[in-house]
Amino acid sequence: MAVPQELEFFVDPGRCIGCQACVQACTECDTHKGQSMIHLDYMDRRLSPQTVPMVCMHCDSPTCAEVCPADAIKRTEDGVVQSALQPRCIACNNCVLACPFGVPKMNTDMRLMMKCDMCYDRTSAGLKPMCASVCPSGALWFGTRAEIEAARPRSMPVNTFRFGNQTIRTKVNVMVPRPAGPSLVHITAALSERGTSHELIDDVFTANLYV
Amino acid sequence: MNTRIEQPPLELETIQRFGPHLAYMRGDRLDTGAEVDRMVKTHCCFCGQQCGLQLKVKDEQVIGIEPWYDFPFNKGKLCPKGVKRYLQNAHPDRLLTAYAKDPSSPNGFSPLPYDEAIRRVAGEIDRIQSTYGRNAFAMLSGASLTTEKTYLMGKFAHMCLRTSNIDYNGRLCMVAAAAGNKKAFGVDRSANPWEDILGAEVVWISGANVAECAPITTDYVWQARENGARVIVVDPRLTPIARTCDLFLPIKPGRDTALFNGVLHLMIENDWIDHEFIANHTVGFDAVAAEVRDWTPKRTAEVTGIAEHAIRQAAEWWGTAKTSFELHARGLEHHSNGSLNVMAAINIVLASGRIGRPNCGYGTITGQANGQGGREHGQKADQLPGGRDLANPEHRAYIASVWGMNPDDLPQPGVDAYELFRLIDRGEVKGMLSICFNPVVSLPDSGFVRRMLEKLEFYVAIDFFMSETSRYADIVLPGSLQEEDDGTVTQVEGRVIRINRAVACPGEARRDWEIIQDIAKALGREQGFTFNSAREIWDELRIASKGWTNDYSGITYERIEENYGVFWPCPDEVPDGYTAIPPQGTRRLFEPGSWNPIAKGAGPFYFPDGKARFNVTPYIGPAEDIDAEYPVILTTGRVISQFLSGNQTRRIGPLVDHLPEPRVEMHPDLAAKYGIADGDWVTVDSRRGTLTLRANVVRTIRPDTVFVAYHWGGRKSVNMLTIAAQDPISKIPEYKVAAVRIRKAEAPPEYATMLEPQQ
Repeated sequence: MAVPQELEFFVDPGRCIGCQACVQACTECDTHKGQSMIHLDYMDRRLSPQTVPMVCMHCDSPTCAEVCPADAIKRTEDGVVQSALQPRCIACNNCVLACPFGVPKMNTDMRLMMKCDMCYDRTSAGLKPMCASVCPSGALWFGTRAEIEAARPRSMPVNTFRFGNQTIRTKVNVMVPRPAGPSLVHITAALSERGTSHELIDDVFTANLYV
Repeated sequence: MNTRIEQPPLELETIQRFGPHLAYMRGDRLDTGAEVDRMVKTHCCFCGQQCGLQLKVKDEQVIGIEPWYDFPFNKGKLCPKGVKRYLQNAHPDRLLTAYAKDPSSPNGFSPLPYDEAIRRVAGEIDRIQSTYGRNAFAMLSGASLTTEKTYLMGKFAHMCLRTSNIDYNGRLCMVAAAAGNKKAFGVDRSANPWEDILGAEVVWISGANVAECAPITTDYVWQARENGARVIVVDPRLTPIARTCDLFLPIKPGRDTALFNGVLHLMIENDWIDHEFIANHTVGFDAVAAEVRDWTPKRTAEVTGIAEHAIRQAAEWWGTAKTSFELHARGLEHHSNGSLNVMAAINIVLASGRIGRPNCGYGTITGQANGQGGREHGQKADQLPGGRDLANPEHRAYIASVWGMNPDDLPQPGVDAYELFRLIDRGEVKGMLSICFNPVVSLPDSGFVRRMLEKLEFYVAIDFFMSETSRYADIVLPGSLQEEDDGTVTQVEGRVIRINRAVACPGEARRDWEIIQDIAKALGREQGFTFNSAREIWDELRIASKGWTNDYSGITYERIEENYGVFWPCPDEVPDGYTAIPPQGTRRLFEPGSWNPIAKGAGPFYFPDGKARFNVTPYIGPAEDIDAEYPVILTTGRVISQFLSGNQTRRIGPLVDHLPEPRVEMHPDLAAKYGIADGDWVTVDSRRGTLTLRANVVRTIRPDTVFVAYHWGGRKSVNMLTIAAQDPISKIPEYKVAAVRIRKAEAPPEYATMLEPQQ
């Protein structure tokens, strides 16, 4: 069983409402019941309700696996980077520190790295992952590229990211605005663009407030 | 000045025994290899969206959920409450027997055998009604019940107890929307299926925190945006749906009528109105045009607190659109002028002529699971099934014939849910039965509500958990959770859907309709209360609803299941010459050529002439405006992880962990004025109450307003502060505006070290 190639995972942070349906649904997944592998954070709640959901991006060449001294992280042929193999994982934390997206979590009680495996039990059996099934706003979405491109003409999927000099291609796509859509998301450059959301929110409120 | 501000009791021992305690995944719920006995297709037990889902059942316990991808409204989508709802099942706080008040018990209650509890309840009802008259016994019901139960509650009050005094918690939910809809359209239902949102050029959202209170609707709004729609959001807070809207109007709480009047003024001035529609399908435009003549953009801006250019932009987008969808919710309705707000909102829809056609719509977002169906079939103070009127002799005669009783024996209309408490104050109501209602948390000025509950000679509550209100009861009867009974509800679009029983009631708990029938039997008046199943109640309700506005006569359980729900009205027969109702019922109201029992073909709207009504909507400000003594506006609402009074969601661990306690949300400018930093303890006082919570300092709220969510009880309950001012038309209370003063607290509140966050 493998995840069908035509079915892909898309993250559309612009749609995220921070409801945590994904976080709660993730704990219902049969491979890691009771534990959520999703990261969902406010950008800065003081300034905006903007939240960003993060699942494993399932890199073509996964840094987490490359730095694992115990060879505990496997990427299956369908491109899914699996969670650490319990008998092999030595809980060294290398993967947690190395992942450019900050995805793996160390479960210190179990001495085991755990991360999103795209609900492999579901996706390899033709079902959608739990998070992308329930997400009420369509911020997490699972289906074909043709479907999402037809449904969301204002944005486009991107799956190439640059961190410093490292360029990473991933199985998971991020939806970016289409008119100014870059073919690549330059994460380090974006980090230096501080204050955008602050100014944006202040503008909306003060500009439309009668004073 | 404050005459008396009394803190509610901490009730530590009652809480220790009955909770709220937190349930987490344990046992089979955590076992990755657990084999499921069966999957039950049903719907969420919480909000009015009524998302389809499947419950996983093992050993008569609900152990998890699985998305139901085929249900068309939500296609498997769920909010966190829907995902974790199953943790209410087999909960350690669940009431498994009846309880009687017992001052000698440390927690205040002792268990009581079910049959004895029923006998005592019947005895007290008899005693009170024979001593003080029939109306001295009152009933409070709820709109989270199935339609079958709400029908039975109304029938029990009107036929068995013959009391006028029954009302329901929809009174505090969206009854202003219902009243406004009836005055403008003659019928009360969202006019369109939600698919019509997808093709709208403009989506106008007023007073609806869609992302948190109706999460699935977010996807419809954002899909509309992908399709090219402009989204206008009117709210004092920049909510998640407002964050990505095209135009945000940061309105001052309580000023909505002024905004709509100002928009209509601009529509008329610029001739952005549909003359043909107004002339052929409406009545009353000229009077409304006269009313809004003075609502210039300048005046509108001054009153609403929204910049003039933003008002002009909104009017232009709305005025010039070819298709549109207007949505509103409690932010528009929870006001002492709530019905006017709704009618003003409808005026700009009627002036645009964009209703009754594909992609042209209007809808009010229901709050409770059965917020729609629960207000249609006779548990409302003035109502009989099918949307009929208790004061109308023909309606009384018809329902009496269905029920097999003399119409003269039906009581006259009663009063609204809040007025019932005033009747207790006046000594007119001495006893009460409640179900699915937690007024100690949910009614405004809750100090008054507590004092009135103490004043009752006898109070019986049907509940599945010991709610803050049930703690006041003389007898608590163990009722059923949603997953323990069959029935139907009517969701936000007017779609009637099936709730399927997944598990049996535990212990001595009973399905609610069985409890009511047991009381009728113990009273010696079981005629009309001998149903053996929810389906039998439904089949009687279909007949009772036949022939009037809310006609369910053609909706069978089988038809619902075959069509993923059936939209009412759905009569089982239509007059000759009109097209038969399609299998899915009436998806869109007011389509040209449609038939209804009031217009009888004269037109699509539910008035004898078939025309919609413009209603004159003078601006009336909030009942309690801010002043030097109480200079800050308090507004209240919901958060994503909790539901209404929290009697269920404050027992679900993962939901409580998301946002454990309420906070006072305020703008940094306001916080700075009072020397308050994020996370500080803040005391908020109104003329009615005081509460101390931590501050949440964010830029996403108007600087003159603070927001507190209302899901918590005891000393964390914001409804100690809200005002019991009510809309004169619908009697909805003004939860959205009260005057308060704030200050940094001298010390943490007493409860902080004694109670868990959810308690």
